[in-house]
This record gives sequence, structure tokens and C-alpha cells, in this order.
Amino acid sequence: MEIFGKPLQVMMPQLLLGLVNGSFYAMLSLGLAVIFGLLNVINFSHGALYMMGAFFAYIGVTTFGMNYWVMLVVAPLAVGIVGILIEKTMLRWLYKLDHLYGLLLTFGITLLLEGVFRSFFGVSGQTMDVPAALSGVTDLGFMVLPNYRAWVVLASLGVCLATWFVIEKTRLGAYLRAGTENPKMVEAFGINVPLMVTLTYGFGVALAGFAGVLAAPVINVTPLMGSNLIIVVFAVVVIGGMGSIMGSILTGLGLGIIEGLTRVYYPEGSEVVVFVVMVIVLLLRPAGLFGKEK
Amino acid sequence: MNKKIAVAITLAVALAAPFIGYPVFLMKLLCFGLFACAFNLLIGYTGLLSFGHAAFFGSAGYVAGHALTVWGVPPELALVLGTVAGALIGLVMGMLAIRRQGIYFSMITLALAQVVYFVALKSPLTHGEDGLQGVPRGRLFGAIDLSNDLAMYFVVLAIAIAGFALIVRIVHSPFGQVLSAIKENEPRAISLGYDVDRYKLLAFVLSAALAGLAGATKTLVLGFETLTDVNWTMSGLVILMTLVGGMGTLVGPIIGAFIIIALENKLGDVGTFLVNTTGIEWFSTLGESVGMVTGLIFIACVLLFRRGIVGEIGAALAAIGKKSKLA
Repeated sequence: MEIFGKPLQVMMPQLLLGLVNGSFYAMLSLGLAVIFGLLNVINFSHGALYMMGAFFAYIGVTTFGMNYWVMLVVAPLAVGIVGILIEKTMLRWLYKLDHLYGLLLTFGITLLLEGVFRSFFGVSGQTMDVPAALSGVTDLGFMVLPNYRAWVVLASLGVCLATWFVIEKTRLGAYLRAGTENPKMVEAFGINVPLMVTLTYGFGVALAGFAGVLAAPVINVTPLMGSNLIIVVFAVVVIGGMGSIMGSILTGLGLGIIEGLTRVYYPEGSEVVVFVVMVIVLLLRPAGLFGKEK
Repeated sequence: MNKKIAVAITLAVALAAPFIGYPVFLMKLLCFGLFACAFNLLIGYTGLLSFGHAAFFGSAGYVAGHALTVWGVPPELALVLGTVAGALIGLVMGMLAIRRQGIYFSMITLALAQVVYFVALKSPLTHGEDGLQGVPRGRLFGAIDLSNDLAMYFVVLAIAIAGFALIVRIVHSPFGQVLSAIKENEPRAISLGYDVDRYKLLAFVLSAALAGLAGATKTLVLGFETLTDVNWTMSGLVILMTLVGGMGTLVGPIIGAFIIIALENKLGDVGTFLVNTTGIEWFSTLGESVGMVTGLIFIACVLLFRRGIVGEIGAALAAIGKKSKLA
């Protein structure tokens, strides 16, 4: 069976890889959107915290002999705590200022974190083993599916949908959405908005940390893995707009798939295709696919 | 009157500097000073935070280097070609980026600059990871031999002064006043009937062209061009220079550029000095942790000295002036 002249056996692995990347885009842009909604800060350090999640998992598994599944919980929590510290000690002071200071501060934090990890691990990559339970492959007939990649896609989708559910369908999410619209009013109703802001930031970066743990066994864990990703995720955010949770998830996954398809038909373009899509969207619909024209 | 004295002293120092210091290092300072001033035209006077200025700086460097090495053009033409390259890339990037405001503008410039980076990484013209090597300086107007460091220095100084004078002129022109009106309150500028997007685009292109001039000059001086100059870290570095010196001040970016470049070059020495005085071995690694130190300065500037060195001094002087008036 062939699709536009490419055999299915060539197509499917690239599509799967695209979905895996798309899951990371979705999780990171979702975190960025949630943070931006409440804090009005574009968190440049999102990439560095994703890197941190991957390194925490790597350190936990190789140095402390922990199991992957433990680190899948512990590493995002640890990243979340780092995030809470960042919010409490630094970001907090910038809310009343122009948005660009938040971007600049988190950019500085990115350089600092990357520098710290570089001084411990150098620039060459570390590799981590896929957990034993997921190390095999499943033969689906039309393709051979590596179990771990399937797990990455399923786990990310699960986390994204859970986040969507909490924000759109629960009382806690209602507070959060109200805080995005009018924090003063929400505070007047007796909700502890500063605490909510801190926890939101912690949660947003914990998502990045979770993505980092998921990524650790399938990519080279290096101090620079985050900054390469965050620039692509910024383009994803420009394409989707940050107004809608589901929009972020769908845009992330969609662009991952587009990237995978590009790798099949025009491999040279796969690294820039997301940016090309961004240019097209800017020309046709400047506010982004899910954004509102102001 | 004070201003005239300050300008005279600065000029005297600039003219005497190559006889005391190492000319190549001084030229590097001047190139980055011009680069930071060009960037400041956008952030400080138009209120646009570009996260992609490395694209103009680096591609202009590649174009100038390629023209000098492969086409064998004279240096003045190479500088013009580099500047034009910066302006053209600026035009394309600007037209796309000004379609969105605020924080999105920054993200778009960052993403588009990354495309330029990938092109530079993959194109055979740039020699990828190796970069351009052995770019000849040639003879300016066929007469002045630039391989002499001293001659080269005065040419670079003239370029930097001309670029700086142009920026001062732009800032104080009616056009510059409109830019600052846009920075203060964009909806108000629109309601006054200004075609805001055209002003922003022109400011963007001017800034990109001057950044290009700086990049082309740097390649001419150093004789090589590498991927470092088109990488996003370079865009971050020019932001830091401007922030340290003072956004929206005329001389701030130059001072900021001098500090950051000196820091990059001398951090290793500072580390050795600290090891010797404090006895803590860890400081010896300081030379390799430039990223960490720049990150810390970034954080400190944003949290504590948002006005930058020149801005803080200006504010302090204004406060003293107010006090003496009251007394």
C-alpha cells in the first residue's frame, strides 16, 4: 500500500515520530499558555525546565538507582518546586511591569540553568535506557510499533486532556479562568490569587518537567536540548494563539504530524517546516488559528 | 556645554586608545557597540523587543565575508553589501513580525531568526560548522591598506561614529518623535492618524541595516565569520548589552557592549585572580561558564537595575538636581 508514492512502512514510523514530537510541543505550549493566561509572562525558561526534568530523571536512574516510574513522578515534582522558587523569589516582582521584562528574566534564568548543567555534564549527550516494561515492540501488521514511543504519545495525551478537563470543567479551573479574566475581582471573592499564581506557574513548569522525563529515554539528554525545542514551541504558540487550552494541544500535535510528513516527502525541510507554517499563518490569519482578533 | 566637553574627551580617548590598547580588541568593542546601538533604536525608542537581531548581524557578516573572499570585491563594497543584506532580511522579518504586537512580536522574530540560522548551518556558501576563514581585509578605496591594524582601527572608528550619529539624528528627527509616540501609546498614535505599521517597519529595517553594518565590519576586522553570530545566543547577548547600559539612552548600549565583551574576553583572568586571592579552586572554571555569568547579570539587571548603568546614573543626577533646587 502506498500513499502519494511512499510505502506505508516508510510513512508510519515518521508519522509516529511526528506524533511523539507533537506530544512534546503540545505539553510545552499548553504549559506556556496556562502560565501566560494568569501571569502574563512568556516563560522562556520552559525549555530549560524541560531539560531539567530530563536530567533529574537521568540522575535519579543512573546515580541513585531509582526506577523510571518513580522518577516520572518525582522529577516533575522537583521541577515544579524549582518553578515555585523562581516565581516566589523573582517573577513575583515583575507582574506590574511590561511583559518584556518577564521574557528577559526567564531568558536569563535559561542561560543560568543551562550554564549550571553544562558545568556538571558538559555539552555531550547522556543516554538513558528505556524502562524494561516498555522496551519491546509490537507488530501491528502494517508497522512495527516501539512500545515506548506509543507510551510517550498516550501519556502526553492523557496529561493534556486531564489538564484541559481540570481547567475547563472543574471549580478549581473556573477560579483559574476567572483569575485570567480579572484577578482583582476573584481576590475580592476570597480566593488566594497570589497562591494560585504560584501554583499555576509550578504546575506549568512541572508539565515541562514531565515532558522532559518522557523524552529522556528517546533523545540525547544534553544541557542545550531545551533551547532548541523552546524556539519551535514559540512558533507553535504563535500559530495556535494562547487563548485556548484545546487549541494549544491540537496545534502542538498537528504541527508534530506535519513535521513527520515533511520528513517523509522533503527531509531537508523538516527542521524549518514549523516556521514556514508560522509565516503562512501570520500572512493569512495574523491572530493565530485559535486566537481572537483584538 | 558639559555635553561638548564630554564629546571632546570621548573623541580624544577613542583616538588615543589604539596606541595604548590592543587595536583588534578595541575594534571588536566598537562593532558590538554599534550593534547594540542599532538594537536600541528598536527597543529603546520604538518599544519593540526583537529577539532575532543575530540574523542581521550574522548574515551581513557572511555576505561581506563571501563577497571579500570569493568575489574579491573591495572592502567598502563588501560593507555596503552586508548592510543591504541586513536591511533586506530586516524588511522580510519586519513585515511578518509587525503583524503581531507585544510578546508575540518577540517570539516571531526569534523563530524567523532561527530559520536564518538553519540556512546558515546548511548552506554550502557559509561552510557550516567551519565558518568563513581567512577573509582578506583588502585596500579601502584602493588606497588605504587595511591589513595595518591602526588604519583599520580608524576606519572602524569612523564607521561607528557615523552609525552612531545617524542613530542620534533619527532619534531626534520628527520620525523619531513619532516612534517614541508609538512606544508610549500605540493606540493614541494610531488615533492621531499615523500609519503606525509603516513607521515600525521603517524603524525595524533601519535597525537591521545598522546591525548589518556592524556585522559586516566585524567580519572585515576579524577575518572570519562563524555560526556564533547567527545563533539565538547572539540575539540574547545584544539584548543584555543594551539592558546593562540602559535601554532608551543614547550612549548606554555602547557602554553595555564594552562591559559584556570585556567580560566575555577577560572572565578567565578574573577567575584566576579570584582563585589567587580567595584560594577557592572553583573560580578557575569561571572562564568556561560565560553563559552562567551572563545569565546572572541578566537576572540582576531585570530585577534590580532595569534602567541600566546610564539610566540609573541619569536618574540619580536628576534626583540630586531636584534636591539642590529645593534647598
